[in-house]
Amino acid sequence: MSGAILSVRDLEKTFGSVVAARDISIDVPPLQTVGIIGANGAGKTTFVNMITGHLRPSKGTIHFEDRDITGLPSRTITRLGISRSFQVAQVFPSLTVIENMRAAAAIGRGKDSVIAQAMTPLDSPQARSEADAAVDLFQIARYRDARAATLPQGVRKLLDIAMAVAGHPRVLLLDEPTSGISIEEKFGLMDVVMSALKTRKITVLFVEHDMEIVGRFADRVLAFYDGTVIADEKPQTVLANPKVQAFISGTKPLNEDALHA
Amino acid sequence: MLTRANLFGALVFVAVAISALFLPPWLVSLATIAFANALVVLGLVILWRTGLVPFGQALFYAIGAYAVALIGRYTPIRDVFVVVLAGAVAAGVVAYVIGFLLARYREIFFAMLSLAMSMILYGILVKSEALGSTDGFHVEAGSFLGWRPQGALRNLALFWLVLGFCAIAAWVVGVYFRSVAGSMAIPMRDNEIRVEFLGLSVDRLVHLKLVISGVLAGIGGALAALAVQHVDPQMAYWTTSGGFVFVTVLAGAGSVAAAFVGSLAFELVRSIAVALLPGAWQLILGSALLLTILFLPEGLGSLYSRLRRKPAAPKEQPGGPS
Repeated sequence: MSGAILSVRDLEKTFGSVVAARDISIDVPPLQTVGIIGANGAGKTTFVNMITGHLRPSKGTIHFEDRDITGLPSRTITRLGISRSFQVAQVFPSLTVIENMRAAAAIGRGKDSVIAQAMTPLDSPQARSEADAAVDLFQIARYRDARAATLPQGVRKLLDIAMAVAGHPRVLLLDEPTSGISIEEKFGLMDVVMSALKTRKITVLFVEHDMEIVGRFADRVLAFYDGTVIADEKPQTVLANPKVQAFISGTKPLNEDALHA
Repeated sequence: MLTRANLFGALVFVAVAISALFLPPWLVSLATIAFANALVVLGLVILWRTGLVPFGQALFYAIGAYAVALIGRYTPIRDVFVVVLAGAVAAGVVAYVIGFLLARYREIFFAMLSLAMSMILYGILVKSEALGSTDGFHVEAGSFLGWRPQGALRNLALFWLVLGFCAIAAWVVGVYFRSVAGSMAIPMRDNEIRVEFLGLSVDRLVHLKLVISGVLAGIGGALAALAVQHVDPQMAYWTTSGGFVFVTVLAGAGSVAAAFVGSLAFELVRSIAVALLPGAWQLILGSALLLTILFLPEGLGSLYSRLRRKPAAPKEQPGGPS
């Protein structure tokens, strides 16, 4: 486990005869920012879903801070300190931005038991100040009293991520944080997210299709193809890999040499 | 938890309790039943806010009522406080047990499964010759900590008993609505996935709601049994459940107070309707509901909040007065 905050061994997921992920072994040291790339269906989201407990792995183990979390329910994993955001922002549309944040902060502060949560008031000075700090940190304070249903896509994504880190996780998985965002806004959004997560000292794994963003924000890149990791190195090295260029980034056409490189 | 709203609610309850001394007996009896039923409605409101509508809440109502009746029949215990609490516990236990199944369902499946549960109890009661089958049986008059009032005084004492339980229930539910778990009603309706990934189990939140609403319905049924001094399987029948849903629509889920106002309004309208049109009173009741849905889609309770809504009223306190 060698100081890794997240350690994955021989992870495999099959749906009937379809292999969605196999032979995945990765160690993530604390505070690293890991980009995850791959074409649609390469197993990126399956990987994220297994780590966050949304899917139970068919084989292999997942350790978080030296504790085996393989197959635990997502709620327990969240409570242990691994949180996630979603490709489609998951917020509470009927509530305002600040109400969303207060709900997230209050749940994060409380316990897993619903009975304990039934005796804890939602409104507390601590939850309020945490929510205020979060909307400032993620630069959405301007929208604080807007209902989440009316938010522009980028703000909704930021809110989703802000809510995901309300419970003070040590690891955060971002599933396509920039999907559905216009090209002009992508970098700005990622700047806000990444600097906020640095402030909070969170280890980040993010799924991303835009290679420029991966190159700029990741310390390390995992390239998925057909359920396996075909490259795991620094961004420049991975993006220069002929297999990655052929199968994922599409910067080079597929040829025989690439396969033997 | 002594907020201004709680103080105001307590004052209203005391005022209503005192006013009973000057009201005609028929109105006190009507209000006794109305407020006992309001506890069931309060339980429905808890579920309703999450978008869950049980069409079988009469299950818990009947269990509370039969618990009181059976204790009176087979044991020497007569104290109203003890028997009502026994009814609450019985209903709570049943809600807890069937909650393991029911809490996994939503929407129409939840509604129909709840209906099915209540009809099973109805079927059992109808087939139970020992419990008087469809006729039901008599409920012993209770004693109030040893005191056994008669006639009009008994009616007053019962009214105050019901009012006392209502006050406690209103306070507890108010606290619940302001808690983290109670505030999840709209978030759960909006997005269950987000609630789960924040670290709370939606199924367990629904389960808790079921138990609270079951206990409230059990207390309501127990009090109604004491007031009417009779129980029969009709108390578990689906039309009884439907009646509670009717009152919940009439009252709206906006506040705790709405359940009491709505239930009282319902009993009043029904009594007046029966007096005016003995053969077709349902027509008036149906029209009342239709008008409510058309003009006050959020129920009678929304009248109050509409009148006093300020431009920037804080929204995150859905508890309201009492």
